[in-house]
Amino acid sequence: MDVTPQEYEQMVREQSKPSPLLRDMVWAFAVGGAICTLGQAILDFWKKTGLNEKDAASATSITLIGLAALLTGLHLYEKIAKHAGAGTLVPITGFSNSVASPALEFKSEGLILGTAAKMFTIAGPVLVYGIGASIVYGVILVFLGV
Amino acid sequence: MQYINAFVVGGIICALSQILIDKTKLTPARILTAYVVLGVILTAIGIYKPLVDFAGAGATVPLLGFGYTLAEGVKTAVAESGLLGAFTGGAKAAAGGISAAVFFGLLTALLFRPADKS
Repeated sequence: MDVTPQEYEQMVREQSKPSPLLRDMVWAFAVGGAICTLGQAILDFWKKTGLNEKDAASATSITLIGLAALLTGLHLYEKIAKHAGAGTLVPITGFSNSVASPALEFKSEGLILGTAAKMFTIAGPVLVYGIGASIVYGVILVFLGV
Repeated sequence: MQYINAFVVGGIICALSQILIDKTKLTPARILTAYVVLGVILTAIGIYKPLVDFAGAGATVPLLGFGYTLAEGVKTAVAESGLLGAFTGGAKAAAGGISAAVFFGLLTALLFRPADKS
């Protein structure tokens, strides 16, 4: 094939069109919004059972995490995530998936060094820097005398 | 209406994150880690609480809300027991979520089969 570098560049550019950002964003918006709305329904349910604001929020997180772990086990979460991108990553269900998925997939390396160690691949950094940041905030509050 | 606020705010947070994924080389681990820390910071400077009041689960369900839970827990605990609270408040407030993720993760590994590597 006889092509000049310019023509070749043109061809490559057309082959690797930028990912359709707008479509991805619509998916993320719809699925992420739906998960949050489901969360709101679960929160209202727990409040109705008589839990106070804080306990109902905890119970909601636990419920969503349980549901996401179940969907991960059934290999459905990854199917939704393929389209939803950030819509399934950013909600707390994505955090649950990030724990359950390596826990399951690395089972073949054993329950200690496979499942138990690998489940913190993403959750580990999240906890290290999340808890770290919150302690820094607490120490600042102490020094400010708030 | 709380459900519409939750949908719209939660959706917007996820759609904005999609820009980060598509336009930068940030991996999911980095994005989730950044979001929790950002959640702590936004709560500390007083921006996130109003958003939670407005959007409910739309603000608490995204991982920014995990940072919010940590920061609010620390704030309450520091008011009660000073410096000790800085160390106990965050994990205590987030205990349910952390324990659930660990427990259900383990349960998933025990009960299900890994995906076929085909």
